[in-house]
Amino acid sequence: MGEEKKTLKDMYDSQMKQFFEFVESMKKSLGVPMFPDMKSGRAQYLDQREITLKFIISIENIKDFFNALAEGKLLATKCENCNEIYFPPQRDCPKCKASGLGWIELSREGELVTFTQINVKPYSFSHYDDYIVGIVRLPEGVNVTAWIREKDPTKLKPGMKMRLEIVKREPEDYYTYEWVPVS
Amino acid sequence: MSRNVAIVGVGHSKFGVRNDVSLPELAWESIKMALEDSGLEQKDIQYVVVSNVGGWSSEPLPAVVVNEYAGICPTGTVRVEAACASGSAAVKLAYDMVASGHVDIAMAVGVEKMNESPTPTVVEFIGRAGNYFWEFQNFGLTFPGYYALYMTAYMHKYGATEEDFCKVAVKNHYYGARNPKAQFQKEITIEKCMASRYIAWPIKLFDSSPITDGSAAVILASEEVAKQLTDSPVWIRAIGYASDTSNLSKRDTFTSLRAGVIAGEKAYKMAGIDKDKVLNIIDVAEVHDCFTIAEVMAYEDLGFAKRGEGIEMIRNEETYIGGKIPVNLSGGLKAKGHPIAATGEGMIAELTNQLLNRVEKDRQAPIKNGYALAHNIGGTGHYAYVTILSLSKP
Repeated sequence: MGEEKKTLKDMYDSQMKQFFEFVESMKKSLGVPMFPDMKSGRAQYLDQREITLKFIISIENIKDFFNALAEGKLLATKCENCNEIYFPPQRDCPKCKASGLGWIELSREGELVTFTQINVKPYSFSHYDDYIVGIVRLPEGVNVTAWIREKDPTKLKPGMKMRLEIVKREPEDYYTYEWVPVS
Repeated sequence: MSRNVAIVGVGHSKFGVRNDVSLPELAWESIKMALEDSGLEQKDIQYVVVSNVGGWSSEPLPAVVVNEYAGICPTGTVRVEAACASGSAAVKLAYDMVASGHVDIAMAVGVEKMNESPTPTVVEFIGRAGNYFWEFQNFGLTFPGYYALYMTAYMHKYGATEEDFCKVAVKNHYYGARNPKAQFQKEITIEKCMASRYIAWPIKLFDSSPITDGSAAVILASEEVAKQLTDSPVWIRAIGYASDTSNLSKRDTFTSLRAGVIAGEKAYKMAGIDKDKVLNIIDVAEVHDCFTIAEVMAYEDLGFAKRGEGIEMIRNEETYIGGKIPVNLSGGLKAKGHPIAATGEGMIAELTNQLLNRVEKDRQAPIKNGYALAHNIGGTGHYAYVTILSLSKP
């Protein structure tokens, strides 16, 4: 058959498609986008307008982070005045009000602090299989949140050693970073 | 110089899937109840704070929509957001307006219609409520996911089990079953909770509060006005507040919510309560149980239990009526429901009714000292408000 695996997104999309088709048929017969809620029968009106949210976020002051990521490095910023390290990286040091902080490369190994597996995914993540998200503490004293390359959460424990890898996220095809358990 | 502030009227809608009403109709249910409870008219209200997080609902300026519908115009209003603690933030702002002497009567009304969007959209919106760019964009955390990070850490550190956490859900459903305003009015068993599917491992469906529509309203007045209106004012003794980092990666601990601890300590100090003796003073509490782990951490953060012993409190049923301190007799967020920005006013309305012995008999706490506490957390410990109410004047 060569059937492709159905994702949560396929399920969400087919439910919404059925729902919209139902409301369209009601609209045709009633002349207004009015329909009874499937469970309660209460009258509802389907919004006839739609917006798509896709934000444009300035990274002008932290673009080095993304350039380095594409070269396989994970960077943080460091304040030369007070030695504070910032991850996620930020241009400004609120502690001593210095600006234009310099860059350091972070260690690649750390210790797992905590984790979860996301089973009910947000719509924009519903095309992925269940993924594990963890927070790992680095020797520099900063924590890094990322996916962990593991399918079974019962195989993980806080305190485990983790190694960071720069990876391509598919199917979107862009560089990000991921934790890999060190066995 | 700050003035005493009393609660003179409360309203609380039925929580649940409220697709029988629009957003302003839903808000009006509570506003009308609060007006009737206080004996006031719309013209008497001098400022209205509306809490609503929205995004999932259609009106971008809910404050003006609600006030127009309720006939409270051109009084003056604002909409506030402190995530799931928006309701308590609204009460704080209304309190400040009265305490400062700017107005004599102010209202806080919370309303949320989460079911105006399909569930996947709501999951997406709440998941984004942390640090969107660094923790959602690439890693798709969800609201249960954020709290699951805490549950994993707590289980590992203190040896608590998933079954232990289900006991919180069983308790809150037990009381929800006795609250006609609750979204879920059915008792559940440990087995049913344990058999529910994972939504963000180790958090299961029955560890989690639902997607809820609802509203609640609280009318506050100065001491002079309160005396004229009622023989039984409930006094706001303290509102403690704190916040924490948006990135969860910047938190030092995952077994406690720092903002909750600080907000509690501030509130105890303002009310003149010794944190070590809190169990001897507070008759009843509503704590932020968006997930079962959140209620257990609240016990410890508020000083009801020592670190690591919150789980013992629920194992030993010490937070039922008759225990050390009854918690979430409304059913909590877990069973009463969690209409994000109406939850705070909902807690205050519930506790006002508890203190005045006005709730259903089988979920009424014995009122001995006349003190109640509301613990309202926004996001994953991003915001925290702890409000202390009492029957005695400050």
